[in-house]
Amino acid sequence: MTTIVEARGLTKRYRGVTAVDGVDFQLARNTITGLLGRNGAGKTTLMHLLTGQEFATNGSITIAGESPVENPRVLQHTCFIKESQRYPDDFKPKHVFAAAPGFFPNWDADFARELAAELRLPVDRRIKKLSRGQLSSVGIIVGLASRAPITIFDEPYLGLDAVARQAFYDRLLADYAAHPRTIILSTHLIDEVADLLEHALVIDNGRILIDSPVDALRAHAATLAGPAEAVETAVAGLEVIHRERLGGFVSATVAGITDDVTRSARAAGLEVGPVSLQQLIIRQTGGTPTEHEEVTR
Amino acid sequence: MDDGRPIFLQIAELVERQIIDGSLPEGEQVPSTNEFAAFHRINPATALKGISLLVDAGVLYKRRGIGMFVADGARDRLISERRARFTTEYVRPLLREGAALGLDAAALIDLIRKESPS
Repeated sequence: MTTIVEARGLTKRYRGVTAVDGVDFQLARNTITGLLGRNGAGKTTLMHLLTGQEFATNGSITIAGESPVENPRVLQHTCFIKESQRYPDDFKPKHVFAAAPGFFPNWDADFARELAAELRLPVDRRIKKLSRGQLSSVGIIVGLASRAPITIFDEPYLGLDAVARQAFYDRLLADYAAHPRTIILSTHLIDEVADLLEHALVIDNGRILIDSPVDALRAHAATLAGPAEAVETAVAGLEVIHRERLGGFVSATVAGITDDVTRSARAAGLEVGPVSLQQLIIRQTGGTPTEHEEVTR
Repeated sequence: MDDGRPIFLQIAELVERQIIDGSLPEGEQVPSTNEFAAFHRINPATALKGISLLVDAGVLYKRRGIGMFVADGARDRLISERRARFTTEYVRPLLREGAALGLDAAALIDLIRKESPS
């Protein structure tokens, strides 16, 4: 497994706010990584640093060993689909697609046409007149048809309905299988994308909270539920990341679970349930107030 | 697909089940990892991990450039493995639940007899 993105001590400070706070991580080439976290956690800043649109205050981020800042060698291999991409006023989607090969050497015009038809995008309407969902479709088509070695989607589907989102996921998977590349998907819809991800990077308050293969996360956590006393015995010595109580009944979400723990919990008559990636992240990021909240309090 | 365990294990088990029930006979080609990924809407690397597990266990074998196939003797081997786990996965939980409801082993055996098609 080769590393394509590497951050070391990466920090971005705005006046009084540390958006990204000394993070270290690596991304493996040709994997799909979910960049997850709450609003204001630092996801977008991290993506801006990754694509050379912001300067790091401290530390470094490199793509294939090089800094992305004003570096055409890196940037021509990168496609960044933003939530709020702006286009020239009179542009129509067909103009965007016609201009794309100039930015993306791997652009596949036939694929773009196919996607536009599937997403029912009116390619001949002015972008100003498109609905929010149609505007998102333009971004999704550019992101997929560019086949950029590093493709970054930042909340790409505002306004898209469930059918169009599913089409996006299916196309993403199929095209990724046929043309492997490094994909970073930043989203709030964790449950929808959990199975597409190979790796999860969870950021909270500008720091990396989870940096793990998704498989390992799923195996790692479980919810044990039953009579309070039996639950407390079963979870003794384990990291309880969440606990809910209803009378004498307790449900505890536990990290660092092993087969032995599961077996003895079941033997003690406890319910052992799965924790979805979304639940796990809510548990891990829910307790701490964000920087912003601390400032305004 | 979700029962809380890692998805690659669930993929491996799904293939095992199909081998046991005969829908994937020995010698038959299994779908490619990309086909598994597309069908179950999962990351191809996850599908590959599940399939690799079965290759390592000798349930599937690789034919270079062609694909994966069900190994000879895979079905019998899987069945005996499942039987070995039957006690812990089915009999003991049954006894435990029975005990909680005041049904002893004899009562459970009666229930099983009554439910079995004769």
